[in-house]
Amino acid sequence: MKDKSQSVAAVSVGVGVATGLYGISFGALSVAAGLDIWQTMALSLLMFSGGSQFAFIGVVATGAGVVPAIISAWLLGVRNGFYAIRMNPILSVSALIRPLAAQLTIDESNAVSLSQEPDQKKERLGFWLTGIAVFVFWNLFTFIGAVLGSQIGDPSDFGLDAAAAAAFLGLIWPRLSQSKLLLLAVASAFLATSLSIVLPAGVPVLLTAFLALGFWFYGIRRRL
Amino acid sequence: MTLWAAVLLSSALVYSWKLFGYLVPERFVSSPKIKDLASLLTVALLAALVGIQTFGTADGISLDARIPALLVAGVLFYLRLPYVVVVALAALMAALIRLLF
Repeated sequence: MKDKSQSVAAVSVGVGVATGLYGISFGALSVAAGLDIWQTMALSLLMFSGGSQFAFIGVVATGAGVVPAIISAWLLGVRNGFYAIRMNPILSVSALIRPLAAQLTIDESNAVSLSQEPDQKKERLGFWLTGIAVFVFWNLFTFIGAVLGSQIGDPSDFGLDAAAAAAFLGLIWPRLSQSKLLLLAVASAFLATSLSIVLPAGVPVLLTAFLALGFWFYGIRRRL
Repeated sequence: MTLWAAVLLSSALVYSWKLFGYLVPERFVSSPKIKDLASLLTVALLAALVGIQTFGTADGISLDARIPALLVAGVLFYLRLPYVVVVALAALMAALIRLLF
């Protein structure tokens, strides 16, 4: 048992550190987009959702104004609501702890928890450890990135943009051994990338939820 | 609207989704079908982010050093290397390609 918990802890801290790596990228890009260090830190502490944060500063950087930036961040945050729906019965926390659990409900904590199925104890452990590890490292590295912002120049010179892509791939990798989920993943990546040419930031990612719905309905019909 | 107001408002909006998910009554969501849907949504949205992070730019898409970096990451995940190592090597791959070409 102890052995298993340790492996969950190792994955959680690993995910936290890896996420922190592109926290540097976020901090540097945010300052480059025109936010100051404290606005950048407010996003990492309060919004605390990488996709939404990158969308927010990305839109601000294009000069499109703050309203589309707010809408993009908000749309990209919808998926956290789905993660929360999944985590709620697994965590079964009190009303007092719930606001805290909500803040830590993000891609990474949900994904690590999901990878521990069907052991509910490890699903809970994975959620909390990953949520806390990512919160600590994400904010620490955001700060470092924002401070270094002007000095390190372009974060892509250090491959930090590629680190973000690899980090997301690693989160879904364990699920891709199921052919249904592999097909869904390839289709979603292709759809979102294609649509990003014509649609505003944030929307293409959200639209892939309809693909997931399609797969879901197909699965239910086949079982009937 | 000032940038500060936008930062705080959008943070509150993003948080509201997170909290909302915990307030949906459990009887609506306890079935295996709903858990199945949540898994499918997770994979779809994260895969979409892989695509966007690999090809996306501020104003469209671009084919650059991120693609070989992601391929390297895929191979290394297949070989079961630790998560942090894979992410760091993917970053190194992209940085080296940009340095050399």
